[in-house]
Amino acid sequence: MAVDRTTVERVARLSRLELSEPEKEALTTQMARIVQFVEKINELDTSGIEPLPRDATSANVEREDVPHKNAVSRDEILALAPESRDGSILVPRVIE
Amino acid sequence: MNLASLSIARLRKGLDSREFSALDIIDAVEQGITSDSTDAAHACPVNAFVELWLDEAREQARAADARLADGERAPLLGIPLAIKDNLNYRGHRASCASRILDGYRATYTAHALENLERAGAIFVGRTNMDEFAMGSSNETSAHGLVRNPHDRSRIPGGSSGGSAAAVAAGFVPVALGSDTGGSIRQPAALCGVVGLKPTYGRVSRRGLIAFASSLDQIGPFTRTVEDAAIVLNHLAGHDPLDSTSVPQAVPDYTAGLDGDLKGLRVGVPKEYFVSGMEPEVEAAVRAAIKRMEEMGAEIREISLPHTEYAVAVYYIVATAEASSNLARFDGVRYGRRAQDPADLYELYARSRGEGFGAEVKRRIMLGTYVLSSGYYDAYYLKALRVRQLITRDFATAFADVDMIATPTSPQVAFAIGEKAADPVAMYLSDIFTISTNLAGIPGISLPCGRGKGGLPVGLQLMATHFDEARLLQVAHRVEQALR
Repeated sequence: MAVDRTTVERVARLSRLELSEPEKEALTTQMARIVQFVEKINELDTSGIEPLPRDATSANVEREDVPHKNAVSRDEILALAPESRDGSILVPRVIE
Repeated sequence: MNLASLSIARLRKGLDSREFSALDIIDAVEQGITSDSTDAAHACPVNAFVELWLDEAREQARAADARLADGERAPLLGIPLAIKDNLNYRGHRASCASRILDGYRATYTAHALENLERAGAIFVGRTNMDEFAMGSSNETSAHGLVRNPHDRSRIPGGSSGGSAAAVAAGFVPVALGSDTGGSIRQPAALCGVVGLKPTYGRVSRRGLIAFASSLDQIGPFTRTVEDAAIVLNHLAGHDPLDSTSVPQAVPDYTAGLDGDLKGLRVGVPKEYFVSGMEPEVEAAVRAAIKRMEEMGAEIREISLPHTEYAVAVYYIVATAEASSNLARFDGVRYGRRAQDPADLYELYARSRGEGFGAEVKRRIMLGTYVLSSGYYDAYYLKALRVRQLITRDFATAFADVDMIATPTSPQVAFAIGEKAADPVAMYLSDIFTISTNLAGIPGISLPCGRGKGGLPVGLQLMATHFDEARLLQVAHRVEQALR
């Protein structure tokens, strides 16, 4: 599947990445080459093979949905935020 | 004698017998790093560290000396340790060598670091790395590239290049790295030190800033295999706050190191001796395998038939996971935020566009692409099916052999800039290390002689899940035999 300029712009928007013109140009060439390289896996017939998302030994783990005793405080979290006011993190207006 | 260039085992003896103090060791750490960055003979500093915490380290060293004077003994008491810049250490900066984490300070300490701190280790600073651990040469760091201490015109490997170089240069006896596709073993090989990637789940990933969550694992760089065993004794262990951490007892990895190799079945996969590999690398690795045979091991040629697909699978799986993991860096809650964005979309897109470097952008884009509607099945799911085949290759092999021996890297350290312009050539430098991450098994790289230009060559040993004790034992005996 070919990667062109339109693909790069569509994927950049999905990725929430602002790219400069030279970056878009370079990525169009590079992504086309990388995608062509990874398509090597299509040589293999994988019908009947189960996908392995994690290593074979892992199992699901559950816990009670309660805060941990060493949970990080609200103040510490807010102190890291670029902008905050009245206990909340500030972002540009979302609803007009 | 440069105390910082000794092994942990040697430092332990000296500290316990009061031959030298923990404070003396911190002085040696500072002396080594300072003279490297100011000495006129080294116009090009190694640049292994992003930040040093020497005042704090001195305070802890004084406390360690007081405890030692009181007769207290602990395995890592007074031992200085460097940590990769993607590990959270409460109150300290962590940047993943990226501008996007400008101003970020950790609000908690990684589980692995808590364990080491409890054993008495002193964290002296954070080490340079490829941005978000994405790279094989340490050229993508926002803090500048790292130079190989053996030849400063060459790369140290990556992504944990700063940690490997710090141990190789004699700055610290031990440094932590993280390994997603070879990021501990490849730089260890290229810098001539020992690098261990434990089994997936052996060491908690809590507090390690995620790159690819199904592949990432924390591990040590050391000067000797025995030191790697000492450190793993404290790194390993179950963490209830990491659901992928495994509740399996931690043996004493130093206990059986001297066991012999008689009857050990060692597999040598033919797919790991490919054309394009440097002949000196092949010769050094084959000589090390010959030594294993002389020590009583039985060498068998084996096949891991899906090896040639590993790099392609990795660059789908790892980038897919990275595109999801790195979505959290959006300029909202911490780190860099773009100035005066018109709306929320622009706040995200500009903060990320300004904050991430070229390689990270490339991988986010690729990962988003393979996960996007219409491509998910063809790329992502297909890659997970091939990952299954690669994992089965190992299961089949380990039915017949106890250990697998290969080169760590097809070449010695390459020149700075040599592969920077060609992403695929760079990705192929991890060709021998990626499969272990896909299968979740442990691997170690240890020095096995010299290649072109007198540069270090690494021997990689791989074992089955949770067989670190045997992996370390075999590596230790090979190391002794090659000395």
